[in-house]
Amino acid sequence: MSVAAVLPAETAARCAHCGQEMAEGTRFCCPGCAAAFDAIQAMGLGRYYQRRVVDPTVRPLRPEPADGTALARFVAADGDGTCTLQLMIDGLQCGACVWLIESVLAEAPDLIEGRVNMTTRRLRLKWRGGAERAAELVGRIERLGYRLVPFDAAALKSASAETQHRLLRALAVAGFAAGNLMLISIGIWAGLSQGMGDATRGLMHWVSAVIALPAIAYAGLPFFTSAAAVLRRGRTNMDVPISIGVLLVTAMSLVETMRGGTHTYFDSAAALLFFLLIGRVLDHHVRNRARQAAEQLLGLRSTDVAIVAADGALERCAVAQVAPGARVLVGMGERVGVDGTIDKPAEGGKALIDASLVTGESLPEDLPPGAAVFAGSLNLGSPFTMIASATGEATLLAECARLIDAAEQSRGRFVALADRVARRYAPVVHVTAAATYLAWWLMGAGWNTALMNAAAVLIITCPCAVALAVPVVQVIATGGLFRKGILLKSPTVLERLAGIDMVVFDKTGTLTEPGLALQPGISPADLQEAARLAVASRHPLARTLAAAAGPAAPAGDIVERPGQGLARTVPGGEIRLGSRAFCGIGATPPPDGPELWFTRPGKAPLRFAFAERLREDAAAAIAGLKARGYAVRLLSGDRPEAVAPIAALAGIADWQAGLSPVDKVAALEKLRHAGRRVLMVGDGLNDGPALAAAAASMSPSTASDVTQNVADVVFQGRLIAPVATALSVAKRADRLIRQNLVLAIGYNFCAVPLAIAGFVTPWLAALAMSSSSLAVILNSFRLERRS
Amino acid sequence: MIVILYLLAISLALGAGGLVLFLWALRHGQFEDMEGAAQRILFDDDGPA
Repeated sequence: MSVAAVLPAETAARCAHCGQEMAEGTRFCCPGCAAAFDAIQAMGLGRYYQRRVVDPTVRPLRPEPADGTALARFVAADGDGTCTLQLMIDGLQCGACVWLIESVLAEAPDLIEGRVNMTTRRLRLKWRGGAERAAELVGRIERLGYRLVPFDAAALKSASAETQHRLLRALAVAGFAAGNLMLISIGIWAGLSQGMGDATRGLMHWVSAVIALPAIAYAGLPFFTSAAAVLRRGRTNMDVPISIGVLLVTAMSLVETMRGGTHTYFDSAAALLFFLLIGRVLDHHVRNRARQAAEQLLGLRSTDVAIVAADGALERCAVAQVAPGARVLVGMGERVGVDGTIDKPAEGGKALIDASLVTGESLPEDLPPGAAVFAGSLNLGSPFTMIASATGEATLLAECARLIDAAEQSRGRFVALADRVARRYAPVVHVTAAATYLAWWLMGAGWNTALMNAAAVLIITCPCAVALAVPVVQVIATGGLFRKGILLKSPTVLERLAGIDMVVFDKTGTLTEPGLALQPGISPADLQEAARLAVASRHPLARTLAAAAGPAAPAGDIVERPGQGLARTVPGGEIRLGSRAFCGIGATPPPDGPELWFTRPGKAPLRFAFAERLREDAAAAIAGLKARGYAVRLLSGDRPEAVAPIAALAGIADWQAGLSPVDKVAALEKLRHAGRRVLMVGDGLNDGPALAAAAASMSPSTASDVTQNVADVVFQGRLIAPVATALSVAKRADRLIRQNLVLAIGYNFCAVPLAIAGFVTPWLAALAMSSSSLAVILNSFRLERRS
Repeated sequence: MIVILYLLAISLALGAGGLVLFLWALRHGQFEDMEGAAQRILFDDDGPA
């Protein structure tokens, strides 16, 4: 974080509360920020502004009118007169925010617990009293500018948190055992050269056995269960040779201990589990974090639906609880929550719907009553009511879900590289060990000498370094991408990305920016004047206009007529910003896209046209992909005349337009049969099936819910560059993984002859195993250094 | 050499103590929010009275 990002409260051109740029001359960008600032000062928490560090990638701390989410159904009554509620926090910038939220909550009476988890960006509230207090408590935080979205703790508390704890416990036990066994073993090894008595050595071996047996049984469980599970299904993975190695070596050492032999390998077995568990724990941790961040992105977007009861009253409820046939009110600028048909627009006439996130169609459409609308569409016109359709009907969503299932099944199972290696590796190792035993036995050595040498082969070849070769690199790559806002959700996606040779893009919302952009051709002064009206509205077009104009102070006395426009009375008439009809402009020439009109007394009316715009870096990113040898194609559901100019601007010669979800899947199947390994990048519901059919898939975090759930990778931000970043990191990771495997297996090739010949003693085995694992881990860290 | 028995017992007891402490901390959620813990240490002294 640069020093420039630290904002003192006095900076004139930035809002003293939210830190956003704004017009000169005021302290706050909006009344909400002023109120929040005063509230914080009144509580004596003004230090917050000195110590916070504004994170520009996080939603600014600007209070917005609450959307009236019904909290009650998320509140869990604990029985003893207390209630708990878990919320996701949007707008958490840094540690100071945690301090601010907890300090504000500390003033609330009857609150037992109000604790922010900064890692998961969640807040847990526990208070004495009824569920109805939730709204008041949440209001205390929301008026500061944070957005809180409740979630069902039971539904989100996945099995993965429990797995993580089990792995950590196993790691602790393995660490304890490995450390103590090594301590004792060093005594034994020193004693071998200094004439330690048999009784003392026997005692040391027995102590080792007492520590090792329960520890290995417990810490090895994650590997044993996984190995047993794949063996039952007639397959194999890396856990099979690990389990066999650890179990055989432990059993062997126990037999040696009972016989009063010289050599035992308990320390090697425990150290092996310790190293492997470190890899497992880290692997689980980074993957979990990425998946949880992706869940959070979706969760923060989930909104309620306003149901119109028979008596006309409005009631908010969750999307899942909307009964078929219910009348749902969709406000201006709101997203449609459920599939259904338009009942009646409030102002009569037609509803203006932007369905770009659903169908890929870039231009909003005027829909008459009775027309179908899909969840995810945006209402650009006046509020309207709709009738929710029954789930399971032939809706677009159901159709896409069916296509996604079919595509996922036909794609086939991807076998991870580590498992492919294990398939070849395990038999070679076990045959070599068996051959060693037979050879020594046939040559006339005693059965125990033969067995000791066979055990040495198993220890030396125990695939510690091989098993670390893949996960260590993946942990570093996944963590690095996570910090860049690229969330890897699938465990095998890094390997799949490395093999990609073709990238297929969707147009609307993927190559182009989500939403519409203001067309150029307006003088800055006019734009600024219009923006002073536009900032007062939440309408998507008005917001786009205000954003294009830059910081603007709202003019006073603005009246908004929902679905029509904004007006302000000035001497000599009214300034108006809004629809063609609202501003009194004739119907000719017919509009060729979404527009806003701006009329002022005594001046000619101005037209603001809106159209989709290519992402800032799209042309450069695509040129970069082509330069690195990737074929690039554009598959769009939009009309050819809308696709052609965008394809030309982006530099994609190979494009197809007017494709349905089925067509897109068919196109990808064709590419796959032609031997192409395709990365599909898309955001719309209509891209979902294509994403599932591709070898790997990515979607921006603005994508529809279904699409994000299907995608292997979700990336945040306004740029398309994360596609190239993910591909290049995957390529480099793949190279390092292969180097690691060569290192690990090469080491085995050198050491195995020594083991077969019987030169490997326990201390040599321990040294060799640790050094090879260390070499693999150090090599993996080169990924971080070069990126 | 009987001293080795004491030494072994003491070293194992110390190690086991550490292990139990770690398992206790894990069970009580001390590792749930590593990022927050790193930040909290900077502001706990001047919280609201």
